[in-house]
Amino acid sequence: MDVIAASDLSAGYRGIPLWRGANFEILKGEFVAILGPNGAGKTTLFRLLLGLAAPIAGTVTLFGAAPHRGNPRIGYVPQRHFVDREIAVEALELVRLGIGGDRWGLGAGRGKAERTEARRILAAVGAQELAHRALGTLSGGELQRIFLAEALAGKPELLLLDEPLANLDVRREGELVRLVRDVAKREQVTVLLIAHNINSLMPVLDRVLYVANGRIAAGKPGEVLTSAALTELYGAPIEVLRDSKGRVAVLGVEEWHHAHD
Amino acid sequence: MPMINQNFSINLVSDLQDMLQYDFMRHAFMAGTIVAIVAGVVGYFVVLRRSSFATHALSHAGFAGAAGAALFGLNPLVGLLGFTCGGGVAMALLGRNVEGRDVQIGTVLAFLLGLGVFFISLYKGYATAAYSILFGEILGISNADVMATFIAGVLVLCVIAAIYRPLLFASLDEDVAEARGVPVLALGTIFMLVIAVTTSISVQVVGVLLIFALMVTPAAIAGRLTRRPAQGVAVSVIVALVVTWFGLFLSYYLPYPVSFFITTSVFILYLLTRIAQGNRT
Repeated sequence: MDVIAASDLSAGYRGIPLWRGANFEILKGEFVAILGPNGAGKTTLFRLLLGLAAPIAGTVTLFGAAPHRGNPRIGYVPQRHFVDREIAVEALELVRLGIGGDRWGLGAGRGKAERTEARRILAAVGAQELAHRALGTLSGGELQRIFLAEALAGKPELLLLDEPLANLDVRREGELVRLVRDVAKREQVTVLLIAHNINSLMPVLDRVLYVANGRIAAGKPGEVLTSAALTELYGAPIEVLRDSKGRVAVLGVEEWHHAHD
Repeated sequence: MPMINQNFSINLVSDLQDMLQYDFMRHAFMAGTIVAIVAGVVGYFVVLRRSSFATHALSHAGFAGAAGAALFGLNPLVGLLGFTCGGGVAMALLGRNVEGRDVQIGTVLAFLLGLGVFFISLYKGYATAAYSILFGEILGISNADVMATFIAGVLVLCVIAAIYRPLLFASLDEDVAEARGVPVLALGTIFMLVIAVTTSISVQVVGVLLIFALMVTPAAIAGRLTRRPAQGVAVSVIVALVVTWFGLFLSYYLPYPVSFFITTSVFILYLLTRIAQGNRT
């Protein structure tokens, strides 16, 4: 079954398309990476799916219907940096808001059950020991696990993760990718993950959406991440190299990007 | 301030009985208690949302409103509420990006303060009126003022209770809350009105210029001592109550303004909290 299906989809800001004519589908349980240069419109795709923006042309369906705001089937981790605040709030409380933060009232009487549930979710992402730490004192990798727990708290069927690997070192990148894959498998969640560096994702990827040059190329990693496919997408000579360990390097994109700045 | 024959004794209960036989002290304690509770609760969200500057601006709008009310012979609370609520809605409609609004808020703030100066210059009792608006005049509170404060306070607490969880969500994690369907813009506007009303009733106790003493400092102390929002709100209220009562108590015996005692004691508590926590940021 299609979780997401796009046909002739165009999207952007204020009526000006960032990309157009996108056709792709994403199946249940797939792990999808969204790649491409800054400003290409990767986050815009998330905003469409969250119902925070409308397509400029074409259609997109999510679970067979038009996207709408406040969809409980989506778990969202935006790109953000948590700045230290004057007010310290523990990680468990943020996860708790992921469970029932959208409900009106004081939440009196639900506290105990919510905290138990939040603890269970934190344990599922291996962050139970962070439960009572103040958010402002956590490292980048620790925060990403808390944000993942917050997103999972709504029992989503689709996870949208915007640059969760930014600011992580290579080892932590790998850990987080494996964690997301394990959780997704266990809970049967489809994952869309925006990233810059493809290599830590290669072992887990089912599909790639490559956003560049006003278009989106979609397919299996082996189909999209080739010299021919990316040269076609960018309309400029791009070379994809693979080393003996299967690591991928995309060459020529930087030059292309500078030439179009 | 009325002068009475006060003799401090070690027995605090009899001291309290002594001061509470006077209407002005009873009114002051009642209004101070209501304001401390409301400001403590609202202050927690003000600090969490980083809305201190907006609160500051609204208190200046209150200055213009109170000065205008004095000029036209109206109850100052009417002018306060009118101007702060108007200003609050205007600020909320400037957009959701709080960080980027400093310049707009600052521009309006200066204009309103100037308007207040103009009103007050037209008013005969220039110095007294200005002084009580800027620094508070809790010992001059009437029975009707206490009632109005009570009603406004209950209203604010009911609104906060109704929006507590989504407001917390939107304050702590706006993007995720918005994606989950929380109406962040509407909540922002409602919260600005909440600040407006809270500021208006707090002005009577600490005045326009010292509003932070009840709406920011207690919450900042609570934010350092707690990890859970519910506990944070509770500690913020307790701190606001303790310093308000302490200020009123001292002012009965010493010939200095209540607001001075409140601001000083809350500042000392803040310093002690920071010292006790060492170099924790």
